[in-house]
Amino acid sequence: MNAPADISAWLAEQESKELLRFITCGSVDDGKSTLIGRLLYDTRQLFDDQLAALETDSKRHGTQGEKMDFALLVDGLSAEREQGITIDVAYRFFASDKRKYIVADTPGHEQYTRNMVTGASTADLAVVLVDARKGVLTQTRRHSYLAQLMGIRHVVLAVTKIDLVDYDREAFAAIVADYRAFADEIGVADWSAIPVSGLTGENVAARGGAMGWHDGPTLLELLDSVPLDAATDAAKPFRMPVQWVNRPNQDFRGFSGQIAAGAIEPGAEVRVLPSGRVSRVERIVTADGDLDQAVAGQSVTLTLADQVDCSRGDVIVAAGDPPQAADQFEATIVWMADEELVPGRGYWLKLGTQVVSATVQHPKYEINVNTLEHLAAPALGLNAIGVAEIATDREIVFEPYAADGSSPNRALGGFILIDKLTNATVACGMLHFALRRSLNIHRQHLDVSRETHAALKGQKPAVLWFTGLSGAGKSTIANLVEKRLAALGRHTFLLDGDNVRHGLNRDLGFTETDRIENIRRVGEVARLMADSGLIVLTAFISPFRAERDMVRAMLPQGEFIEVFVDTPLAEAEKRDAKGLYAKARAGALKNFTGIDSPYEAPEAPEIHIDTTRLSAEQAAELIVEELAKRR
Amino acid sequence: MRSLTHLDRLEAESIHILRETVAEADRPVMLYSIGKDSSVMLHLAKKAFFPGPLPFPLLHVDTHWKFREMYAARDRVAADPAIKLIIHTNPEAEAQGINPFDHGPLHTDMWKTQGLKQALDAHGFDAAFGGARRDEEKSRAKERIFSFRDKHHRWDPKRQRPELWALYNVRKAKGESLRVFPLSNWTELDVWQYILRERIEIVPLYFAAERPTVTRDGLILMVDDDRFPLNGEAAVTRKVRFRTLGCYPLSGANLSDAATVEEIIAEMLVSTSSEREGRAIDRDGGSASMEKKKQEGYF
Repeated sequence: MNAPADISAWLAEQESKELLRFITCGSVDDGKSTLIGRLLYDTRQLFDDQLAALETDSKRHGTQGEKMDFALLVDGLSAEREQGITIDVAYRFFASDKRKYIVADTPGHEQYTRNMVTGASTADLAVVLVDARKGVLTQTRRHSYLAQLMGIRHVVLAVTKIDLVDYDREAFAAIVADYRAFADEIGVADWSAIPVSGLTGENVAARGGAMGWHDGPTLLELLDSVPLDAATDAAKPFRMPVQWVNRPNQDFRGFSGQIAAGAIEPGAEVRVLPSGRVSRVERIVTADGDLDQAVAGQSVTLTLADQVDCSRGDVIVAAGDPPQAADQFEATIVWMADEELVPGRGYWLKLGTQVVSATVQHPKYEINVNTLEHLAAPALGLNAIGVAEIATDREIVFEPYAADGSSPNRALGGFILIDKLTNATVACGMLHFALRRSLNIHRQHLDVSRETHAALKGQKPAVLWFTGLSGAGKSTIANLVEKRLAALGRHTFLLDGDNVRHGLNRDLGFTETDRIENIRRVGEVARLMADSGLIVLTAFISPFRAERDMVRAMLPQGEFIEVFVDTPLAEAEKRDAKGLYAKARAGALKNFTGIDSPYEAPEAPEIHIDTTRLSAEQAAELIVEELAKRR
Repeated sequence: MRSLTHLDRLEAESIHILRETVAEADRPVMLYSIGKDSSVMLHLAKKAFFPGPLPFPLLHVDTHWKFREMYAARDRVAADPAIKLIIHTNPEAEAQGINPFDHGPLHTDMWKTQGLKQALDAHGFDAAFGGARRDEEKSRAKERIFSFRDKHHRWDPKRQRPELWALYNVRKAKGESLRVFPLSNWTELDVWQYILRERIEIVPLYFAAERPTVTRDGLILMVDDDRFPLNGEAAVTRKVRFRTLGCYPLSGANLSDAATVEEIIAEMLVSTSSEREGRAIDRDGGSASMEKKKQEGYF
């Protein structure tokens, strides 16, 4: 790159550069890495030592003989390099005179839907590569569909290796016609096609000499001119998820966040959701001084004119045009983990700055990304895309992700699901709409409160949740505890696993999904009973930590008392009062906890009973004492 | 309505990342290496939590081998009563007298990699901000903004979490931790432009000046104190500056006349070598060396 004659003038120009993020979709075979390498090279983002390394690498790993293999510039991890494939999302940077670019470089192989969706989630534009020799392939459709799914509004069809078909205008026109049919079918409204050669650089940054017939812009000209999502976002109604409450002293209380949509001025009327309280913006505070206006994309701190209750997870919105809040939705879900979706299981759902517990129902259908067919699916596995209903344990403020021609509502429509045990991000999703039943079913206010119920019975409600292996002694000990409590004049009720399965849950089997539903129902019943003031005892194996935590979350703080009846498997199997272990060992009983289904022991139970050291009587005594301490 | 420039957007993103970490982590800390990226990161953190104080301490993992001007700059930063600076040095490295002249790669491992792990464990920090950027080095291009480390501070490429939109998963089990890189999407040029725009103070070593130097293995090294073994050779005064700073015996200097930020940027635009070229640390182990270091727990 040449030194600008006047560095100050040059820097002033740089100051006003915009930022565009885009994604490239295609495989190494399509010349994708070569194309990105070419963009970096032509915009002078490479230094001599990198070029020298490239030359060495080209000779060792390259596929271009003695020529430079630009693809090697954008390969990263050594394992991938040896396999010759890219298996993750890499981010590249370059700049034109007008814009700075962040490129999400994602692989095109079928099994890597996850990576493409990740890269597309932040992109304004997608460059879909088509090898001029091969034309529109299944993967071209897949990439276009995924870009569309993630709300990308501009698609560039880069027809690569045009030099290898002798710059044939007809070949290019045939590919464009082919793609047009498909784009119409899935509704890609804004797209354009450019014939390029990554190897020679024609129509990338510079016009192609041999392609005088192409009168459209070069790739770089197009990238420089596409409208940014940021501009569209700024024109929407104001939304700011509160990230953090800034309260350095008694005199200052500011709400910090990044503005997701719209603009805000001091004096503007705003509403804090979900509470709905209305106030006015007093100041827009930044370290550079108070602002007269702030727009989508900026990270600011707002102070409000009134003392309004507002904390992380709340959303400050335009008072006159607020989004909805709901707890049941339909959504598209992209599964990203090796372990498949367990319908009914509780996952953490993070949307904006809101984190709630959520369950996903059985998918309505799975989408075949190659044919776009809807298929029946019991669950979703790695890289599967499906549509399902989601329920959250409390209302969340949201907007539909897809915004009908406008930029997607990323901040309030896109979410991730997090496994409660491993903390892995297992899925992402896009909310479609709230289910009508969620919007119409309002909780009825009851005049006789749970406090009144409890006071009438003269006790504090609680749920003693006994968990442990089959044959550990849960029912025996729970029975003894209930007898003692009854003798003390306490109002109790014992929900026993076997008994409930004869009635309420007779429709459920022993698969993982059914066991989760079993516990969910028992949890809801226990909660209703606790609401009526009872001390509830439950005796269920309840093998999964996630479900026990789900019930814990249903109850007020301190009312869920987890009692771990700890009996080693060998001991429980030796006792085998019901003969179940023998059956399970013989293979006659499937999904038996401890044999072919796991038991996840509590990590910090309120009460831990070691049955190898305590008799059932002693255990019951201890539990009653513990309960008394909690009065 | 005002539209945001690329620096505005990078700044807003970094502030979002800083706040998200502080809101969700138990004990965050900022790794402060005294370099320009650390200076920018600290500046962004002050902005993110203004008018409040920094809600986390700074941690300098020291080796006793930094440039003297770096120590002076560090002490100026620490003089601010609103800033808490923790300095950690690995006692084992200290006891064994590990140094860059005699111990090669072991120097970096003992002082920096092991020293960092010790400091994080000793204080129970569960999220550590670092100033690394994706444009620095090939294997960094795929690094997450929130990089997950297991109980042993190891980086396992398979356990890294997909990062969608601006949604970061900050959850982890006890003992596990996160490295958080608020400058992930910045380039070297962005950093310099921002230093210029925001008038951020940086260590004078970045500006060209007459300095005592010798050459070793093709690198110009500064003789910053008398621990540098000269073997009778006399130091040569050269007008040099540094593009990256670390332990002085490992930091290569460039011949340069650039004495202002503008001149540095102008020089960068015609420069023919990348920023990490002056780093002896990347050279041992070939082109995949940074990745290996990361797996061992290097920042």
